[in-house]
Amino acid sequence: MYHADPPEVTKKLREMFYSAHYVHSHIAHFYALAAPDFVLGPDADPAVRNILGVVDKVGLPIGGEVIKHRGIAQDIQVMIAGRSTHLVWTLPGGVSKGITEEERAQIEEKAKSCVEFSKFTLQLFDDVVLKNKAYVDLILSEPYQLKTYYMGLVDQNDKVNFYDGKIKVVDPEGKEVAKYTPSEYLDNIAEHVEPWSYLKFPYLKKVGWKGFVDGKESGVYRAAPAARLNAASGMATPLAQEAYEKYITTLGKPVHATLANHWARVIELMYASERLLELAQDKSITDPNVRILPTETPTEGVGVVEAPRGTLYHHYKTDKNGFVEKANLIVGTTNNHAPISMSIKKAAMGLIKKGQVISNGILNMIEMAFRAYDPCFSCATHSLPGQMPLKLTIYDIHGKVVEQLERA
Amino acid sequence: MAKLKLAIYWAAGCGGCDVAILDTNEGLLKIAEIADIVLWPVATDHKYEEIEKMADGAIDICLINGGVRNSENEHMTKLLRAKSKIVVAMGACAHQGGIPGLANLFTKETVLNRAYRETPSTENPDGILPVQRFSAQEGELIIPEFYNTVLPTAAVVDVDYFMPGCPPAIHQVAAVVDIIAKGDLPPKGAVIGASDKTLCDECTRPKEDRKVKKFYRPHEIIFDNQKCFLDQGIICLGPATRGGCGNRCTVKSNMPCRGCYGPAPKVHDQGTKFLSALASVIDSNDPAEINSIVSQIADPVGTFYRFGLAASYLRRKRSNEKN
Ligand code: SF4
Ligand code: SF4
Repeated sequence: MYHADPPEVTKKLREMFYSAHYVHSHIAHFYALAAPDFVLGPDADPAVRNILGVVDKVGLPIGGEVIKHRGIAQDIQVMIAGRSTHLVWTLPGGVSKGITEEERAQIEEKAKSCVEFSKFTLQLFDDVVLKNKAYVDLILSEPYQLKTYYMGLVDQNDKVNFYDGKIKVVDPEGKEVAKYTPSEYLDNIAEHVEPWSYLKFPYLKKVGWKGFVDGKESGVYRAAPAARLNAASGMATPLAQEAYEKYITTLGKPVHATLANHWARVIELMYASERLLELAQDKSITDPNVRILPTETPTEGVGVVEAPRGTLYHHYKTDKNGFVEKANLIVGTTNNHAPISMSIKKAAMGLIKKGQVISNGILNMIEMAFRAYDPCFSCATHSLPGQMPLKLTIYDIHGKVVEQLERA
Repeated sequence: MAKLKLAIYWAAGCGGCDVAILDTNEGLLKIAEIADIVLWPVATDHKYEEIEKMADGAIDICLINGGVRNSENEHMTKLLRAKSKIVVAMGACAHQGGIPGLANLFTKETVLNRAYRETPSTENPDGILPVQRFSAQEGELIIPEFYNTVLPTAAVVDVDYFMPGCPPAIHQVAAVVDIIAKGDLPPKGAVIGASDKTLCDECTRPKEDRKVKKFYRPHEIIFDNQKCFLDQGIICLGPATRGGCGNRCTVKSNMPCRGCYGPAPKVHDQGTKFLSALASVIDSNDPAEINSIVSQIADPVGTFYRFGLAASYLRRKRSNEKN
């Protein structure tokens, strides 16, 4: 809006902060939400199928490491910006403070520890999930596949970037169909409204909204980890790139498996940790000139980053004093709203067979299709509230209701 | 000692308060030691129905973050009140309505029109708005009713304790866990996890005479990193705001206070309190000059009531809608 380009050091500081934020967010999503399903198994008693159950199973020392590293990531944000949640450090033209050499050195040590922890997490994923054929089969099984378009921010070398770059979209075959700057978002995406949801359904404008269907003819696209890895041609740091190569070799490309999001998330955790370390080792990051004063009259602007759960668009129009008159946001998970709905339906249809007793385990496996995307929805967070129940109505071929089930 | 039964709930908030609980790190293990968590949607697998089946008062302590913006928030807040011995309104949203409360400057109709019809990315030729009950081929779909006004928790149920902050500072969350563990709670109605001073009392920026001839917004001036913000003509809510946050903005972020800890002790309305503090720093006795100095203050409602509009004397913009 202010047409003010902040100093280079500020961009580095913001990216460093953001990398630490990713480390925190991906650790929380993976260990608190994905791990219970895999470490304890989809059939485990819901009473223990949570992060405390995971700590119980893997042992307190490992649980301690998880807590410690999520905490480290939050500490780094506090060191850089003064606070982690709802920071007040950003200003038009820069940030309100820089970091000292002493702080930089501390962040470097913490970042090294995050890289080690990411190695450990990749190994854990390997041991618990990839070495278990049943889980790999589950990830690749038909009920958890959707063939959609994929979106993600890429840098100049076409690698995944969370902080800056162009938005790239590939089709269900992996072919690039769009690459645009944030201010071109309205030419590329639009949002559909349904009367039964407060959340809208973004789609690719040029392909069009064709309803809740996948495939090339439908404008439904996905965002977030697996989509980012599909859109880009790799990762910008060495260990993350190594992990990415293994991922692509195992699953092919593009990856259509919804549950692969967890694997992609762990690869991104490695990238965020490595990027954090790179930035912390850049000694120029302690430059105290972190602000310029904006001089132009503010008007309008669009900003895009990759939020942990998908491409995040902020569009503001202001008056001449910089007061926001109109705002439009498309936030991470919203991108995935149509695919989430479709994934749940497909999992339900694929997992429930006629005459079969529907166990808690099966209901949980349907919820897993949701949890792969987002822990912010209360549903994704292991809790299907009373007014938005996961209700299964099973019809026979004549449209007669055979069975109705609800989460007890 | 029997373990406490603890519920943590997220109503009309952003999830930051839940993250603040996670941020206590080892504090989490302590929580697990002293309490059985019976509901925590962000981290555990419990269903609303389990709460409905409980006897009244079966939950020892319930921390609610987020105010009431829709019928589901209201239902759950009332349900948890009935089932809990102690209800803590945690965070600025539950305490004062918080940032979502700023939507009280608009009506429900304006908000829905903007979101579903007017935004430039929305393609909605039929002008569809979400409806509470929708009959689909597969059955009826029910979503919560969106209210006209955001309410703080205490406007809907009886609240035992208030815990301010957006989100509450981590050391204060840990301190509250401690007093819960020790059973050391103050008299009902108290503000916990905060101090009984104003933020200015705790701020380490040296204060001078506070004589202001011109107000600046933070991006308009390269400010002195040591001096009091108000002395430099930058609006800082410190004089009207409760302390206890650890100066995370004024000192650690090098930015002025925005008031998330709510009204200072013994103050009901943070905005009016700040206005009176402001009157005493303006360096003029000439009404015309005072007027022109005051008119430099941008967005007074958003600045003085950023977190507290829904709980303030103003409460909302006038509207004929029921809630
Ligand atoms: S008080 Fe702040 S952190 Fe807590 S729910 Fe409200 S907006 Fe989020
Ligand atoms: S006005 Fe702000 S900067 Fe000044 S002493 Fe009070 S809290 Fe500190």
